[in-house]
Amino acid sequence: MHLALQSVAANYGPRHVIYDLSLDLQQGEILVVSGRNGSGKSTLLRLLCGLQQPSSGQIRYTHQERAYTPQAARHLLGWVSPDLMLYRELTASENLHFFARVRGLPWSTADSAALLDRVELAGRGHDLVSSYSSGMTQRLRYAYALQGQPLVLLLDEPTVTLDEQGMALVHRIIEQQRQHGPVVVATNDPRELALGDYVLQLQPPR
Amino acid sequence: MKLLFQATWAVLRKDLRSELRTRYALNALLLFAVSAATAVSLGVGPLGSGSIAVSVQAALLWVALLFAALNGLARSFVQEEERRTSLALRLTAPPLAVYLGKLLFNLVLLALLDLVTTLLFLVFVRVSIGNIGLFIALLLLGSVSLVTATTLIAAIIARASFKSGLFAVLAFPLLVPVLVVVIQGTALALRGDPWSAGLPMLQLLLAYIVVTFVASSMLFPVVWEA
Repeated sequence: MHLALQSVAANYGPRHVIYDLSLDLQQGEILVVSGRNGSGKSTLLRLLCGLQQPSSGQIRYTHQERAYTPQAARHLLGWVSPDLMLYRELTASENLHFFARVRGLPWSTADSAALLDRVELAGRGHDLVSSYSSGMTQRLRYAYALQGQPLVLLLDEPTVTLDEQGMALVHRIIEQQRQHGPVVVATNDPRELALGDYVLQLQPPR
Repeated sequence: MKLLFQATWAVLRKDLRSELRTRYALNALLLFAVSAATAVSLGVGPLGSGSIAVSVQAALLWVALLFAALNGLARSFVQEEERRTSLALRLTAPPLAVYLGKLLFNLVLLALLDLVTTLLFLVFVRVSIGNIGLFIALLLLGSVSLVTATTLIAAIIARASFKSGLFAVLAFPLLVPVLVVVIQGTALALRGDPWSAGLPMLQLLLAYIVVTFVASSMLFPVVWEA
């Protein structure tokens, strides 16, 4: 899996949040995106998962010699962000089951249990998400993102609201993801900056 | 195609489960239906069975259904935006499956609303139905018309700040032709006219459903990804 950006720009009205950004990321590489609040870290991740269109430039994923736009590559991506909300009136297992069905994944109760175990939520699958703490909700976002083993992980503020154990879990997930594809992490946490093979420092918008 | 059916069914099941747990749209719809039937019953009373009376009864019934529908049918999309779950859905579900799932969910809601409103009108306004088969056919096709026309609009207005006002403004011009046809047709059914009298109305409603469904299915992915 290969990710390439060519002269990508993103504007909000007259403000250039991202301007003329080009980069290549290969399988197993970790890119950490850093920068002040409002510098465009979250915008970049939204562009990478096709939730927002670039004002100009091109984003392409290449997998098995086939090129995909971010929208077409969504089945290959896992996205974790504070903006990502799951259904609070459903249980964690119901959420995972629902998203597996709409993704077209074969899914069973055992799959939900295994995934929840992986994000250290074992035994809490039948609790409503509304009863979860913010840290547990963040772990559930990882379960959502890891469904079907994505080839690219896009992580926005990956350890926000997590305790030390949760941070260690996220660092493990990022390292394990090297086997499957590239990882893009948007953060200002010094411990996560150290995880990256490359650090992209975004400047405040002009 | 199998994925589309599976995803559509999953969206419908998820919406029904969420609705049963939160009563987000159901309470609003049913409260409006009860309020409308009670207000008509107390304010107007039984109207008898003259030709003007059946036209007024048909109009009152459809006005009650329309306003309850406008009050509740946008909520499945609005709820996704307000609770910010739409991003997770957008990343995982095929757009057409989201549209079809929401459409079916709105149909279930409106079928329930039809049943409750009609029963309330039968009891409180003492509406008598001359041709029950034609009445049910018009009620069904009229409701499907409402849903096919308004589900796409609900997706459009879900991200706007002035949701309810915008929903009514956008839906009204699309729904006027449906309302004219179903009110006239329902008046015929209440009066007890034969099927042949109501057939042109049923054909018009069917044509409307096909056009709005096809147009909405084609436009929805653009609206959903905008």
